[in-house]
Parts: sequence; C-alpha cells; structure tokens
Amino acid sequence: MYRYSEFDHEFLAERNAQFRAQVERRIDGSLTEDEFKPLRLMNGLYLQLHAYMLRVAIPYGTLSSAQMRQLALLAEKWDKGYGHFTTRQNIQYNWPKLNDVPDMLDALAEVGMHAIQTSGNTIRNVTADHFAGAAADEVADPRPYAELLRQWSTDHPEFQFMPRKFKIAITGSENDRAVIKAHDIGLQLVERGGVLGARVIVGGGLGRTPMIGKELSDFVAFDDLLAYLESVVSVWNQIGRRDNKYKARIKITVHEHGIDAIRAKVNERFLQVRPQFKGADMNLLEEIKDHFAAPAFREGSVASFESAYANDPVFRSWVDTNIAPHKNADHAIVTISIKKHGATPGDATAEQMRIMADLAEEFAYDELRISHEQNVILPHVHKSDLPAIHAKLKEYELATANIGLISDIIACPGMDYCALATARSIPVAQEIATRFDELKLEHDIGHLKIKISGCINACGHHHVGHIGILGLDRAGVENYQITLGGDGTETAAVGDRTGPGFAYSEIVPAVERIVDTYLNQRESAEETFLETYRRVGMAPFKAALYPEARANAA
Amino acid sequence: MARAFTPKVVTANDLLEGDVIYQTEDDRWSRDLSDAELITDEAHAQVRLLDAARQASKIVGAYLADAVAGENGPEPTHFREDFRRTGPSNYAHGKQETSPQPRA
Repeated sequence: MYRYSEFDHEFLAERNAQFRAQVERRIDGSLTEDEFKPLRLMNGLYLQLHAYMLRVAIPYGTLSSAQMRQLALLAEKWDKGYGHFTTRQNIQYNWPKLNDVPDMLDALAEVGMHAIQTSGNTIRNVTADHFAGAAADEVADPRPYAELLRQWSTDHPEFQFMPRKFKIAITGSENDRAVIKAHDIGLQLVERGGVLGARVIVGGGLGRTPMIGKELSDFVAFDDLLAYLESVVSVWNQIGRRDNKYKARIKITVHEHGIDAIRAKVNERFLQVRPQFKGADMNLLEEIKDHFAAPAFREGSVASFESAYANDPVFRSWVDTNIAPHKNADHAIVTISIKKHGATPGDATAEQMRIMADLAEEFAYDELRISHEQNVILPHVHKSDLPAIHAKLKEYELATANIGLISDIIACPGMDYCALATARSIPVAQEIATRFDELKLEHDIGHLKIKISGCINACGHHHVGHIGILGLDRAGVENYQITLGGDGTETAAVGDRTGPGFAYSEIVPAVERIVDTYLNQRESAEETFLETYRRVGMAPFKAALYPEARANAA
Repeated sequence: MARAFTPKVVTANDLLEGDVIYQTEDDRWSRDLSDAELITDEAHAQVRLLDAARQASKIVGAYLADAVAGENGPEPTHFREDFRRTGPSNYAHGKQETSPQPRA
C-alpha cells in the first residue's frame, strides 16, 4: 500500500490550509459564490439538492484498515452515519456542513487521503481493477502505475483547466473489470518480450454520447508511457472543443478527427515531450512498486474451509457467488456485497465500515478495495478464514450472496441527492432487488448486470449494463428508458434501446418481463442473459415489453 | 406573444448547511415551502430574486421555482421541487428528520 512521503504530507497540509482560508472568506462574505465555486470543486465539494456533498478519492480503489476506519469516523462525526461508495471508486458524504469540511479534509490527510481533483476539468481519480494484485489472471499489479499517474496528474500545471474532465482506468488483466473502454484513457498492462508496458485505449466514455474506446497503441513500454500519456492529454487539451461542453470530452475529439489523425498528432507531440522525461518517473515507479509488494501469503490447511463448504448451504451459496480465484491457490478474493436486497446500492454505515476494516486487519493483510460496482473487496484471504469472515459479515448485514446477480445493481444517487438528476434511481434499484428476492429467482437467472442512471450523464453506467435503465424527465413526470445488451468488459458494447420509456410504476414490471423472456429463450441454464441477447436479438424482448405494438401491427 | 407568467417562489440553498430554503414575504428564509411568498407578478418576481441575490453571505444559488397556491401555502408543480422540499426517498433524512440538527 502506498505510504505518503514527507512531500505528499506537506503538499496536502498546505492545500488544506488554503481551502480552510477560502471557506472562511466565503462565510465572511469576502468571496462570492461565483468566486468560491471553482475553489470548492477543486477540493471535491459539491452543492447538491438538499445539502453539500464531499467526494473523497480512493485512489485505484485501495484502502488500508486505518483509512477505512477514518472514513467511518467522518461518516459518524460530520455526516449522518454512513457513506456512499461510487462507480468511480470514490466515497461521497451526502450531508456535510460547509464549515466542517476543512476539518474533514484534515482528518482525511491524517491517513493520507484527500478530495483533490474529484471534480472540475482535471484528471480525476485514477481507477483500477479492484482485484489488482490478487487476480489469478493478471500480467502485473496495475496499482504502482496508477499511483504514478496520481502523482503525475495531481496539480499538473498543464492540466488544471482542460476542456472538460478526464478519466483514466487501468487493468493488469485481459479480463477487463475496470471498464477501460468507457474511459477517456484505458490502459491494459501487457508484457512484450519481457518488457512491461500498456495497450492504450482512448476516447471511450458514456454520458449523452456513449462511445467505446479505440486502440491508440497496442503497446507502449513503461519507459515511454508517461510521456506518451502526457502527449495524449496535451493534444486533446489543445484541440479539444471548448465551445460546447457536450462536445468537449476526448471521445468527441477522437470521433471528429479520427483515431489515425489523433495518433499522428500524439506521435508528433511525443517527440517534443519525451526528452523532458529523463528517467525520474521510472525511478519513482521503482520506489512505488516496493509499496505494493504482495504480502507474504500465509500457508496452512484449507480443510476447515472445505468442511464448511460441504456442510453449510448458506456459506456455500455465498462462496459460490462472492468469492473469486486468487493467484495463490490457498487464498481467495472476497467481494462483500454492499447491495443487501432493498438497501441503497453502495451505502455503508460507519459500523459496517469498521467491521470491514477489522476483518481486513485480522484476516486480509490489512487491505480493502472499493469496486466500481459499489462493493467492498478483501483482496487476499486465506481460505481457512472464510467461514469466520462470513459469520462476522452475517451479523452486520454484509453477507448477501448476490455478486454479479440481478440485485447487484449499480445505481447513481439520482434525484434523491444529485442536482443534475432528471429522475430517481435508488428506489428503482431497491424495488428491483426486493422483487427478485421475493421471487427467489436470482440464482436461477444467474449472471445479469443491471445499471441505473438518473440522467444522461450516466454515472450509473447504464449504457454498459446488460439491462440499462436511464431515468428522464418527460413532461414533468419520471420516465425510464431501457437498453439491452450493454457490456462493460473486454467485449464492451453500448446497449440498444428497447423503445419508448416506462413510467416509474411500470419499470419494475418491465424488468420482470425482460427477465421472463430471457428465461424462456435461453438454451440452457448456462447461457447467460448477455449470451442469449446476443443470440436472439431484440425482437422477443420488444414483443414482451410492448405487446400493444404487436397487436396494432397484426 | 410572451408566455403567461406562472406563480413562483424564490428558493435557494443555505450557505452553511446547504439545506433548501425559501424566501418569505417578510424577508426571512424558511426551510418550509408553505412559508414561502407566492409571487404572481413577473416584475415583482425579478425584484425579489435580486433581493435574494444580494444575500450572498447567507444563501447560494437563488432561483425562481414554479409553485401553485395550496391550502397551506405554496405547493410545487414539478417533482424535482417536491423532492427538494421533502428530502431523499431512501432515508428519512434532511427535512424529514424529526429532530433536525441544530444550526451550528
């Protein structure tokens, strides 16, 4: 885990002192809101529908138990006892008071955390595969490089006033769990002839104009990568559109100029930028790598795990859905569901955060991860400890066995909190999860990702949901559009719209009809929803959703 | 022809707490929409919005929101304003709390 250097600590202390003074000047009237707003946004502070919201970065989704406990403290001391984990591996507090925020930032700094560049037209929190360093299928742990990117992009003088925000995601695996093709830049670590580097994807993004990223380079060696990325951002910073914020993201620049023209410009810029990188970045990367060295995985019998798995059906069900293979055969990756049926996706209470921190400290080499799917991960767990972990999680309503299933829903805050939202998303997620839990169907349905956004900005990633739901305001009434067949993995695809939207009261029945159609159409229980959709197409789903259209056509 | 003016209230967020607030006829800010001044004249609405904008050290983001007269004062006409005057639907937080946080 990365430990802050003296420089990091001093930088943060100075920045927090500046913000404290800015808040004071706002409250005493020396700063107007127009003057203050860009300053607070640079420090992650939004004003939402009912209150301020503080968005804290969790770089590449990695936390220590001490950091998780501090997040719990913030929730309890300055908020309403909970926090909301987001699709960008951040945590948001929904109820801070303006004059408490400087104290919250100081408390975060105590554990090497901050809210810098969680907003504004800057390079945002770098996200990573939440199984990084643990996955059986990765080339290398992407987090040292993600940390290098964090240091490079934080307060980067050239990249503070860009055409729009800029998001980078990184994975070390061919199996993409970080949605790299829906980011401004997506990086996939690859090894070529013993040299580590990255495949660079550019111009992906969701929002009002969803685009799947395109390959800018199939391999850039680590030696050149930072200079290469600086060239990419620099080219976009110059030619990206500033006349229209809806056309400002790099996906539009790539779309308008074409990937080949962008590649040519980046290569040209690279020749100028490369000589400025004299190897300090690679020395730093070597230092950072030491911070992320894998723990000394303990050895021991897994017999107690095997016996619990054979004898306890509840434990077995949880293991079957929430456990992923670890690179060390005696270990496992545990995903803790923050999606109890009927609860708000991604919300954890201070008590739950502390329990998860305790489990990480006792059983998981002191590490936790936050996934973009709004769950918490214990990346390294010896299998013999799984029964004890499961028992503890059950006590605190954290043992829901639903990872990857229909109730493991991504939902943005929607109109319950967000000032930009056009409709609610949380209650839709709550009702879908509750409904399918009542039907006792979700394990039979199998792998199915529902993603819900409360406006076209698509924080809920609805375009890449197997079933995507987008909440809109249609003539003063909440209305929900459905897309099918989206995919956020290495086979990324934007979902297809089914047709006209559904009223709030009709959306859960509509999802039920889609699922019924899938169950009727699938060739076997092994054929997933996405596979079935790709085989049979939209027609049977459309027929189930809009029977009146079929009747009219007949 | 210009569209007919529909009744409005002046609403904003409290600078310190961020809570939704409404301008009253006697120049206070209330957390309760039913206390708000319902403005039926367009010119008066502009004047009241300017009054609000001058209070930058108390409030943030004042604007005119559509409302209609109800039995107990102004009522919202759009669901967004209905959520603003109520609070989130997943928890009874914000204005729905029985014992609101005392103002710091």
